[in-house]
Amino acid sequence: MNDLLNQLRLVSDWLTSSQQWHGAEGIPQRLLEHLTYSGVSLLFAALIGLTFGLLVGHTGRGAFAVASVANLARAIPTFGLVVLVVTLAGLSTTPVLIALTALAVPPILINTFEGVRGVDPATRDAARGVGMTEWEVLVKVEVPMALPLILLGLRVAAIQIVATATVAAYPGLGGLGRFIVDGLSRNDYELVIGGSTVVVVLALLVQIAFTALRRVIVSPGLRVSASRS
Amino acid sequence: MNDSEPLIRWGWIGDHAGELADYTGVHLRLGLLPVLFGLIISIPLGILCHRWRWLYPPVLTVNNILYSIPSLALFMIFVKYTGLTERTVMIPLTLYTLSVLVPNVVDGLASVPEPVRQAAIAMGFGPVRRVVQVELPIAVPVVIAGVRVAAVSSISLVAVGQLIGQGGLGYYITRGLQLDFPTPIVTAIALIMLLALTTDALLVLAQRLLTPWSRSKVTTS
Repeated sequence: MNDLLNQLRLVSDWLTSSQQWHGAEGIPQRLLEHLTYSGVSLLFAALIGLTFGLLVGHTGRGAFAVASVANLARAIPTFGLVVLVVTLAGLSTTPVLIALTALAVPPILINTFEGVRGVDPATRDAARGVGMTEWEVLVKVEVPMALPLILLGLRVAAIQIVATATVAAYPGLGGLGRFIVDGLSRNDYELVIGGSTVVVVLALLVQIAFTALRRVIVSPGLRVSASRS
Repeated sequence: MNDSEPLIRWGWIGDHAGELADYTGVHLRLGLLPVLFGLIISIPLGILCHRWRWLYPPVLTVNNILYSIPSLALFMIFVKYTGLTERTVMIPLTLYTLSVLVPNVVDGLASVPEPVRQAAIAMGFGPVRRVVQVELPIAVPVVIAGVRVAAVSSISLVAVGQLIGQGGLGYYITRGLQLDFPTPIVTAIALIMLLALTTDALLVLAQRLLTPWSRSKVTTS
């Protein structure tokens, strides 16, 4: 228990010392880097994953390929991929962002696909029966009904990106992982645990943001059956 | 990296075969023991959540929160208590598996048809025997679907443990970066994926053997 209190004091000392809040090595700058990496990768991953997920889900063509990609992607060690990209392309942001994007596409793709595929065929038929075009069926019926799963996919992708962006500090990128990696190499436990705390808080905020988003945009009629990961 | 360096030097793999095998063994232990521990925790926890429904939402929330914490940060938090040991990697990985395993145990138990449950009661099965001999076997396909996801993710996450010196094959990933030499990195990634996909295939096989009555395909997501 004393240990825990000591740890908390360590964290609060670190967080409140003013040097953490200024300059290129400060928390705001690192947080901004982290959010930029994460935001850009998530945006591109969402564009790719949603497009293909909706397309494959709506037409039903390529379902096997989607399932295989998702399975294979889970097996890729993200840490290894990021380090490999840096070794091959040198230390620059763009290749790492491409790797982060590639890792985030599969969860979005598979969940969007399953969400659209899981729409009751009778509902889809009814939508066509009342004269909707294919586009309207997709946008007005399938997407709203698939929304809980689509959001789940985006949430899993966001969580993975935030975690992998932390690890990307190891081969030399910025972001919040810097505190942990630098702290480890300098044997500065205060820095390590302070950095970890900031990362944990960010991850929780991402989680909360998606939970809130789901409350707001998912149709109330779907909430009961909304599923989880 | 200079341009003449190939992506992979096959000779290096031959020279390091023995060492690679050792690290592969360590990697499997670090990746799969957490799944086993996770299963040992999830089955009773899932049964409790199935029995007392009010317990499920808070358990799910805690699981989701744990799952969202990046592995590197979680490892660091445990370093203070368990040092730079294998336990520091395995405890967080165990916690991650719960976020997949507990829901799948609960869903698996929920998938038991009501008439089957009633029949078991009518035949005089007590609550414990009913869970162990009737409900759990029926839940096996859904539980194994969860174990597959947990095992594959766990095996690929072990590599991050290398940052505290316990990463199994992750050793070759940091080594490759230090030497600016891609072969060990490519080899490690390939071996980790191979381990994950082989484990996945074996689990599919295990499910067929454990549930000979169900040949229907169980989907994972």
